[in-house]
Amino acid sequence: MSISIEDVEHVAKLAKLVLTDEEKEKFRRQLSDVLDHAKRISEMDTGETEPTSHAVPIVNVFREDERRATLSNEEAVSNAPWAVDGEFKVPRII
Amino acid sequence: MAITEMEVKEIAEKINNKELSSLEVAEAFLKRIDTVDAGINAYITVAHSQARKAAGEIDDRIASGESVGEYAGVPVGVKDVLCTEGLRTTCGSRILSGFSPVYDATVVKKIREAGLVILGKANMDEFAMGSSTENSYFGPTRNPWDPERVPGGSSGGSAALVAAGEAPWALGSDTGGSIRQPAAMCGIVGMKPTYGLVSRYGLVAFASSLDQVGPMTRNVHDCAVLLDMIAGHDPLDSTSIPGARPCYADSLNPNVRGLKVGVVRELTSTGIEPGVLREFNKAVELLAASGLECEEVSLSSFEYGLSAYYLIAPAEASSNLARFDGVRYGFRAEGEMEDIWEMYDRTRSEGFGDEVKRRIMLGTYALSAGYYDEYYAKALKVRTLIVEDFNRAWGKFDVLVSPTSPTTAFKIGEKVDDPLTMYLSDICTIPVNLAGIPAISIPCGLSGGLPVGFQIMAPPLQEEKLLSVACGLESLLGFDEKPPALI
Amino acid sequence: MDYLTTIGLEIHVELLTNSKMFCGCPADFGGDPNTKTCPVCLGHPGSLPVMNRKAVESTIRLGLSLNCDISPRSIFHRKNYFYPDMPKNYQISQYDIPLCVGGCLDVEMEGYARKVGITRVHLEEDTGKSLHVGESGRIHGADFSLENFNRAGVPLAEIVTEPDIKSPEEARAFAQLLRSTIRYIGISDGKMEEGSLRVDANISISAGEELGTKVEIKNMNSFKALQRALAYEEERQRKVLNEGGTIVQETRHWDDAAGITHPLRSKEEAFDYRYFPEPDLLPVEPEPAWIDELRESLPELPVARAGRLKSEYGLPVEMVSAIIAEKALADFYEEALKSGGDPREIAKWIAGDLAALLNEQSVDISGSPVTPAYIGELVGLITKKTISGKMAKDLLKETFSSGKSPAKIVKEKGLLQIADEDELMSMVEKVIAENPEAVEDFKNGKEQSLKFMMGQVMKMSRGKANPQITSDLIKQKLS
Ligand SMILES: [Zn+2]
Repeated sequence: MSISIEDVEHVAKLAKLVLTDEEKEKFRRQLSDVLDHAKRISEMDTGETEPTSHAVPIVNVFREDERRATLSNEEAVSNAPWAVDGEFKVPRII
Repeated sequence: MAITEMEVKEIAEKINNKELSSLEVAEAFLKRIDTVDAGINAYITVAHSQARKAAGEIDDRIASGESVGEYAGVPVGVKDVLCTEGLRTTCGSRILSGFSPVYDATVVKKIREAGLVILGKANMDEFAMGSSTENSYFGPTRNPWDPERVPGGSSGGSAALVAAGEAPWALGSDTGGSIRQPAAMCGIVGMKPTYGLVSRYGLVAFASSLDQVGPMTRNVHDCAVLLDMIAGHDPLDSTSIPGARPCYADSLNPNVRGLKVGVVRELTSTGIEPGVLREFNKAVELLAASGLECEEVSLSSFEYGLSAYYLIAPAEASSNLARFDGVRYGFRAEGEMEDIWEMYDRTRSEGFGDEVKRRIMLGTYALSAGYYDEYYAKALKVRTLIVEDFNRAWGKFDVLVSPTSPTTAFKIGEKVDDPLTMYLSDICTIPVNLAGIPAISIPCGLSGGLPVGFQIMAPPLQEEKLLSVACGLESLLGFDEKPPALI
Repeated sequence: MDYLTTIGLEIHVELLTNSKMFCGCPADFGGDPNTKTCPVCLGHPGSLPVMNRKAVESTIRLGLSLNCDISPRSIFHRKNYFYPDMPKNYQISQYDIPLCVGGCLDVEMEGYARKVGITRVHLEEDTGKSLHVGESGRIHGADFSLENFNRAGVPLAEIVTEPDIKSPEEARAFAQLLRSTIRYIGISDGKMEEGSLRVDANISISAGEELGTKVEIKNMNSFKALQRALAYEEERQRKVLNEGGTIVQETRHWDDAAGITHPLRSKEEAFDYRYFPEPDLLPVEPEPAWIDELRESLPELPVARAGRLKSEYGLPVEMVSAIIAEKALADFYEEALKSGGDPREIAKWIAGDLAALLNEQSVDISGSPVTPAYIGELVGLITKKTISGKMAKDLLKETFSSGKSPAKIVKEKGLLQIADEDELMSMVEKVIAENPEAVEDFKNGKEQSLKFMMGQVMKMSRGKANPQITSDLIKQKLS
């Protein structure tokens, strides 16, 4: 099974990536290879098997409702590419 | 003997009894880095002044009679995927090329508290995605055994810098083999602990349910020492395992006669280079001759490990890497932007390399409507079967073994355009991450002049047993080859 | 054509915790931008979430209050989409296994009760705030936006109802009852104006059995707005259908000033949230003992309290609803009952004049200068005919402004009601003599004229005349 250029365009859009036509074709081919290989898992009979999203057999991990030190405003925006008066500035949102 | 060739233990003793100062040690390694790293590119950032400052502080504390840790003053290399406060942390990516963390990862905090001196940040495949350290925005790392070859990956920088004597040991991270595979290719020891034994807080996430930080060292003893420093419960990581744990260095016991060893058929049959298999089999024979019971075992679900992994890991990664958007930190594309959406598109397209884009798209596809059940949900079930296969094996065996990597170090550029072939490099290491168990790679011989790694796997939280078997095998093998260029 | 209206609500409640959902930053309102943040709630690389126990407990308590089952195992998911107010570009939320499922809430309406099913109650994290800056001050005309992450990561409980609500009035009553419930159990201040309680609605209308196309409405900032928006939308959809049109499935924005809903310009891209289990968090498996403990921590809830007030004191629905809306008010009421006064009379004074005074002065019931005991005293004075109802109104105002007890004011000012028949009779005779027309009207059966003459006596007595005796005396004199 191969994925189409449209599939590549769709996932690129969801993932906020822009691709050139050349890249689209390259990724289409490479992703198809990997997915064809991955597709082998469908051969496996997983019947009633429960999914494992974690290998740790622990539940109910909480912290108490207590405050910890915050960052100063200077620290919070120290890595920002674009900050104004302690806020993160971004191009308009439409 | 040159300081950079000394054992960690020796360096530590000399600092403690004031034969050497911590600063002298740091200077020796910094000089070594300045001499050889141009040809190896194991470090992305060398922290000259910070290392000198930290070493000086250790010396001051020793001079004032303060008791410092047993290993205080020993230098260390840290994979650039671990946040270091005030020290640039890039993950090998353009998108974090100027990022200065506001906090230390828990493991970084722990090694600083133990008095280790961080020499710099080690090169890696971008966001730990890769098996060759070719996917770094800062250029590939070269294998000290042969500069035309890769050091493995993604912790290739950490492996190479240990092999090249640019630090006596290092921290790496392992999501599908990223510590063990480069350790194997560079002829050093590398260990992935049980998932949850070492805190992930401050480890920039690739695949959260698989990532673990671990030691990369010259020998098994150092591995146990470094693990002792970084292991332990962390309330900042929900997946961190609570409870007491033994001192691994103290409980090393190389006398492992009578232990039952399972040789995993699925990881020793197809696709393994003959030279690798030869060295591996020699080591198994050595174990058998020394009184361990070695027997072949078939774990059929492992056939599907790679497939499951290349759905689960990219799925988690696609979400973990969404935060790199140019708003709060990191690289932002230059120029006029029509709106935020254009800013996202351009920042991420210019900020990420091809392999990262590939995995993000792969993961996005696996999670997207219409494919979730077929891919992601199915992969999680395969993961259960792999866990169950391991559990069956633990009923019969103390440890399982396999080659670490199906090949020795390959040529730079050889697999870059063929992701699937590259992914096959992880075939022996992946089941361990899917099941969350501990595993170690130790060098077991050379094939064509290149190191071969021997992988030992143990049940969850049985690091003691794992390290003891590794320690026993290490002394049986007596592997003391060094990269030719460095003798 | 007759249409049936079907409404379902989605309600977000900001939980009152000290710290945020997954980190130790303060969860309270206000503060300079980006001063309540840390690596976790800024989504810094490497940071990890750890669940706030109190937030989980609050959500379970809410679920129990809404008669939900608590899931024996519940997990968090990631909801993936890009938006600049969301630090990680995914929201940690719950998906197919929420903390609470399958509850209901009975809403008392005029003459009937509506049982509204609760599909689920789940826990998630709030986003930050985007400030759109530009000449127009609106999102579309903005030049750029500023992001403040102080609110990012504050715990939010989301309640989803079944489409059981049949009218805008019911929707409002449900939302008010839900707010009361939330405030009774103390998990949120439930302020719609400040956004700590946010109600979105789905509404459709249909002529037959089959449900119509539903439209989602957002941006209602008060209960009144909720009802108005739904009423508007009901009418809009009716018009569209009557004119042979079709309803478009969409999200519409309520413009309170204009009193209309308008479609939100939809983003071109298809939503595909790619939910998957959050690998940084482990499942919540509440032990039965923990759930029992949380259940026992619940106070008597509004629905139960309403039922009890109705059956114990025979109060009418409307009065009960007013009394139970706030726990403090209901507590005040039951405290006032200890005076032994008539429950209906006490309810009337609390829900009526006192509530009006509090509202007028913007004082909370907890800060009321009129104590429950004073209300009891006031009603006692009326019952004993020491003062008239008219006098009582003024007396309450006086009590409110001075904080003095009603009895003390009565004593100080000599505000005793005139109940002496001779004294009243002389006033009645005077009024009859001065108003022959009214007397004539009364004799011709005009009830109005009795009221007029009563008023004249009241005026003469400066409000002190006992109305019952006065009325009896007028009738006696003219019969
Ligand atoms: Zn925070």
